Amino acid sequence: MERKTYDLWVGIFVIVGFLALLFLALQVGGFSEERSTKTYSVEARFENIGGLKMKAPVKSNGVLVGRVDDIHFDNKKFQAVVTLALDTRYQFPKDTTASILTSGLLGEVFIGVDAGGDEKNLVQGDNIKITQSAVVLERLISQFMFTKASEGTDKK
Amino acid sequence: MQKILNIIRGLGFRTIETLWRFGAMVRFSGLILLHSGMSFRRISLTIREIYFSGVMSLVIIMVSGMFVGMVLSLQGYDTLQKYGAQEQMGVLTALSLVRELGPVVTGLLFASRAGSAITAGIGLMKATEQLKAMDMMAVDPIARVVAPRFWAGVVSMPFLAALFSVCGILGGYLVAVLLTGIDSGVFWGNMQSAVDVRYDILNGVIKSFIFGIAISIIATFEGFDAEPTAEGVSAATTRTVVTAALSVLALDLMLTAFMLRTSS
Repeated sequence: MERKTYDLWVGIFVIVGFLALLFLALQVGGFSEERSTKTYSVEARFENIGGLKMKAPVKSNGVLVGRVDDIHFDNKKFQAVVTLALDTRYQFPKDTTASILTSGLLGEVFIGVDAGGDEKNLVQGDNIKITQSAVVLERLISQFMFTKASEGTDKK
Repeated sequence: MQKILNIIRGLGFRTIETLWRFGAMVRFSGLILLHSGMSFRRISLTIREIYFSGVMSLVIIMVSGMFVGMVLSLQGYDTLQKYGAQEQMGVLTALSLVRELGPVVTGLLFASRAGSAITAGIGLMKATEQLKAMDMMAVDPIARVVAPRFWAGVVSMPFLAALFSVCGILGGYLVAVLLTGIDSGVFWGNMQSAVDVRYDILNGVIKSFIFGIAISIIATFEGFDAEPTAEGVSAATTRTVVTAALSVLALDLMLTAFMLRTSS
């Protein structure tokens, strides 16, 4: 009797433990959602990428279409080069624009992609030509302050 | 002058004693690994020990996980809502449980629930000379008594830590959705986009596995090394809980320093 009860309980324990790990992986980690999708990579050059990070989302009209794969600095043209891994399910025209946006005032930084009107689509290794850099809040504020200050001296 | 010499002598004695015990513990773990064959050949021995240290700890682990998750959720809501970020409650609860609280609190509970029982059990066997009797019958006590308990601890810890995290997240979910009225889709969705399977969950499992090894070695060593008296066994049990708790916390700091991605 002894041995069988031990076996039963330990069996239940192991099953429950594995179910817990499975729950963590699927429900908490969202494992099923990613990795299985195929991507193609596209480069975009920016003057300033602000707080953009690797793995940041690439969104088109608010829908997630890919992720930032690589960020490096081009020392010849002094530009930031961002490689985007776009989902192969989504195709974009050649003259698509990419801009660096922020969700909310302090939220996460992501790349917004707006489709253009070209008949050919972007393929692996293409460049996105029209880009818009990140808005740096400090610069905006200082710009605003300087214009205000110069207005003030004009009146005098 | 004599006083100062005595102090230095005392310090030296302590240092040698600590080093000696540490060396003995390392040799002891080597012996466990060397004599582990029996705990897998006669798996029923190990299963019995998993029952005593793993299954019997289930209730305390699950209930405390639930409470920890609920408290985390309540406290998190209180602070997050000041910044209007209460949607991040799922992320807060899940990340703190999976990365830190799950493995660490489970380690502490496991050390005090199962580790102390292992030490007391082995120490009592030594005090009543059962271990010597085994030796006389040509049964190696390390293979027969110690190794199954060690492997049972190593196997049980990751499962217990995972269960702790799951219960905590479910407790946090209950508080977040029922009490503070956060949408359940938002709760799970934000959590899934923030928690990474490899960097967060797998690292948590690795942590709990390492804690399991540390606690089991300490518990079995203290039991095996205990003075064979009633007083000695009680002192060894206390040492197990103190040493195991401290080493879990210290190991956690080291592992976290290695695991955190400072630059993504």
